[in-house]
Formats: sequence, structure tokens, C-alpha cells
Amino acid sequence: MSAKARTLYLIPYLLWILFFVIAPILLIVYYSFYDVQGNFTFANYSKFFTSVYLQMTLSSFWYALLITLFSLLVSYPTAYLLTKTKHKSLWLLLIILPSWINLLLKAYAFIGIFGTYGVVNALLETVGIGSQQILFTDFSFVFVSVYIFIPFMILPIFNALEKMNPSLIYASRDLGASAFTTFRKVVFPLTIEGVKAGIIAVFIPSLSLFMLTRLIAGNRVITLGTAIEQHFLVTEDWGMGATIAVFLIIIMALVMALMGLRKRGLDLVKR
Amino acid sequence: MSNAKFKLSNLYLILVFAVLYAPIVYLMVYSFNSGGTMREFEGFTLEYYSEVLADARLLIIVLNTFIIALLSSAIATIIGVFGAIAMHFIKNNAKQSLLTLNNVLIVSPDVIIGASFLILFTIIGINLGFTSVLLSHIAFSIPIVVIMVLPKLQEMSNSLIDAARDLGASNWYVISRVILPFIKPGIFAGFFMALTYSMDDFAVTFFVTGNGYSTLAVEIYSRARQGVSLSINALSTLIFLFTILLVIGYYFINQRNNRTQGREG
Repeated sequence: MSAKARTLYLIPYLLWILFFVIAPILLIVYYSFYDVQGNFTFANYSKFFTSVYLQMTLSSFWYALLITLFSLLVSYPTAYLLTKTKHKSLWLLLIILPSWINLLLKAYAFIGIFGTYGVVNALLETVGIGSQQILFTDFSFVFVSVYIFIPFMILPIFNALEKMNPSLIYASRDLGASAFTTFRKVVFPLTIEGVKAGIIAVFIPSLSLFMLTRLIAGNRVITLGTAIEQHFLVTEDWGMGATIAVFLIIIMALVMALMGLRKRGLDLVKR
Repeated sequence: MSNAKFKLSNLYLILVFAVLYAPIVYLMVYSFNSGGTMREFEGFTLEYYSEVLADARLLIIVLNTFIIALLSSAIATIIGVFGAIAMHFIKNNAKQSLLTLNNVLIVSPDVIIGASFLILFTIIGINLGFTSVLLSHIAFSIPIVVIMVLPKLQEMSNSLIDAARDLGASNWYVISRVILPFIKPGIFAGFFMALTYSMDDFAVTFFVTGNGYSTLAVEIYSRARQGVSLSINALSTLIFLFTILLVIGYYFINQRNNRTQGREG
């Protein structure tokens, strides 16, 4: 293709990169140096390192960690068993299907299920435990988040398991390794890339969840995402919101560097 | 022993599927409840469906959502496809950095995309509403289209283009008669993905939508905050059925792609 034609086709795309990829990041960084009145300041950054914000960051991390861990614990066996089923592509599609349904609708369903008169409490009542406060607790927040992220964890692990050569397992078993040793020494190390991709797909979105914290956790849990949303849309302190966003971007970059972002990790795309 | 293990593993899968689908089934079942709450099922009614269909405001919002989704995916597909084609012919180094920039929006959390776009629109002076929502949706759809189209371009053999060129085809002729038909499956997949992302998006829209303009997700959020109302259940049942249709459509597009690939290979 001639250079001229190529440039012509590239212009809209480059404009997009300029205005919607580079400019927004620069604007976030720029705003983080301004206070509500519009004065240049480092106050936002020093405020971020006070105990209130550090505690919030830590708790956001803690919840994200819990959510990622439980997602992994549920997803790995599921992905593994899925590879053993007969119509696996169909079953995989059925696993992914709920993830196509709007997040809000699922959160809304859980408001009904976990509510004081919801189906879970009715069940607890009949068993004799009596009704409990489930909605607006840490448990409900972690449970619903795990529920939402499971498909994004299963998919990359499933793909990694599918790519593995099954004769390696037979070889390991033939050489006398137990099922557990085979898993620990052969299967898991060979699927670690899938696990990493899954962790990226779950951990970063868990840090930035903001709607679930309100609907399901009743504002008891404040994640980095909630804090950003609050600062931008409620208190309108954009500077502080941008500062938190800067740290979220840094954390995101660190996690990716740590997990080794591969192009393959992108086939699961965001959430 | 192996039989017991088999049953245990099946039980686990059944449990996972049950938990995954329970909330959806729950929503759908209660959309028919004449009791008016998600507590006890009193009797069957279609009242909430007629309520949804009679709600003019809601129907306008549904229309908004579709218009935004279709427009944004169409525009994003055009920009993305030509971007990908141009990118395909660029030398490796520049291509890598373009690809990295391309993927920034895919891996960024929605909150950051929303917040930074809000700043951007405020600075440029674009009113929050239809335009800002449309631009945002185009913006986050473009990288998805590029990601879906690039692998197809890489599959294409360069000798195909050389042959066309040798036979005297012009630039545009090469693109419209050789490249575009070859990457058509990728274009469709990209458009489709963009469509579902746009319709599914809540967070970004929530940031850049002003007063008075709303898409379905934002509307559901504000209604859900006011508590349970079974018309949301009815609405979500309708959306769910529509989603299934889309998924089936996507599945068939994929199937057909695989089949054509099989034929060519």
C-alpha cells in the first residue's frame, strides 16, 4: 500500500488515540495537581498518604484479593471439569452467557435474593437458623462480586487447559506420580499463564467496582472505584478523584507487569 | 471409586451452573408475580410487562440505547477497520507501540475511562448527553474492533495483494476487492462485540451522561436504588431473551467463520 493512502486511513485512528487514549491519561495526571478552587497544589497527593485514604486503599486491596482468591478457587475446578465434558464448547458458552447480561440486572436480582424477605432468608428460616442480615454485609459483597467475575476467570483457565498436551498427564501417571502430584507438578505449572490472565481479569476490576458497593454492600465497602466515583460525581472534588485514579493506574500497571501481560490475555477483554 | 468421583465432579458442575443461573431465573420468575414483591409468589400476571410496554419514558430510553449501540459500533467499526489495515502495513516497532496504545482502553477500569472522558468533554466544551455518550461508546469500541480484525489481516497472505497489484489494481481496488472481503468475518465479529459492549456498558455512560439523557443500564441503576419494582424484573426478562438471541447470532457468525476457514484451509 502506498504511504499516502496508508496515512489517510490511519488519520482517524490516530486522532482517536490522541483524543481518547493519550489526552485522557494526561488530563487525569494534570487534574491531580489541582484543588477544588483550581489552584496548583500537591495537597491531593499528601492527602492520599493520610491514614483515611491509605486505609481505604488497603481495604480495597483486601477485598480485591478475597474476590480474586475465591474466584480462582471456584473457577479452576470448574474449568478443569469442563474440559472433561462431552460438549465442552456448548457448556463453556453456557458459562459465559450470564456474563453477557448486564451487571446491574444481576446485582438487582441479588437484592431480591439476599433481602430480609428473600429466598435465602426464607430457606434459613425453614432450616431453623432464623433470618439473618445478608444484604449490605461483607459476605454479600464478596459473594456477588465472585459471582460476577467467575466467567472471566474460567475462560482463560479453560483455554490454557485445552492447550495442554494430555499425553503429559499420561506420562506423569505412568511414571508413578499420584493424581495430586501430577496436578501440582504438571497440570498447574502448564496452565499458569491462564491463571495469570484470569487474575488480571478479576483483580483490577475488583479494585474499581463502584456500583456493587452501593447496591449490595450498602456503602459499607469503599473501593478505589467508589472513591473515584464519589469525588467526581458527588463531592465534585475532581483533583482528589484524579489523584486516586492516578494511583489506580499505577497499581494496574504494576499488576500487569507482575503478571506479565501477554497479548493472549486480551482475548478475554475487559469488564 | 472412579464412578463416585465422576458423580462428585458432575455434582460440582451442576452446582456451579445452578448458582450462575439462579439469580437470572429468580428475576424472570418473579416478573410474573402478581404479589408485587420478590417475596412470595402469589399468582401469575403479565401486568408488569404491559406496564413496561406502556412506559413511554422507558421505551425512549430503550430506543436511545439501541441508537447509541448501533451508531457507535458502526462508526467504531469503520475507524477501527481502516486503522487496523493501515497498522498492518506499518513496520514492526511502530506497530507494537500503536498496539500498546490501542489496548490501553481495553484494560483500563471503566471508572477511569468514565472519569477521564468526563474531564475531556468538560474541557472541550461538549455538552453531556447524547453526543458525549456516543463519543465515549465509539472510543471504547474502536480497540475492540481492531483486536478482532488484526488477526484476520495477519492470516491473509501478502502474495494475494501483490498479485492484485501486479494485475494493475489500484489502492482502493485492492482494499475493497481483496482485503475487505478476506477480513469480513473479523469485521462482523468486531462490530458485534462493539454492539454488546455498548449495550452492556454502565460505568462509562454513568459518568458522561448528563441530566435528562439516559441509557437502559443507567436507568435500571437509578430505579434499583429506589428499591424493588417488578417492572424491572419484566424489563430484565425481556433483555435476557434479547441477549440470548444476540448470543445465538454471535455463535452462528463464529460457526460460519470456522466453516469458511475450514474450506479455505
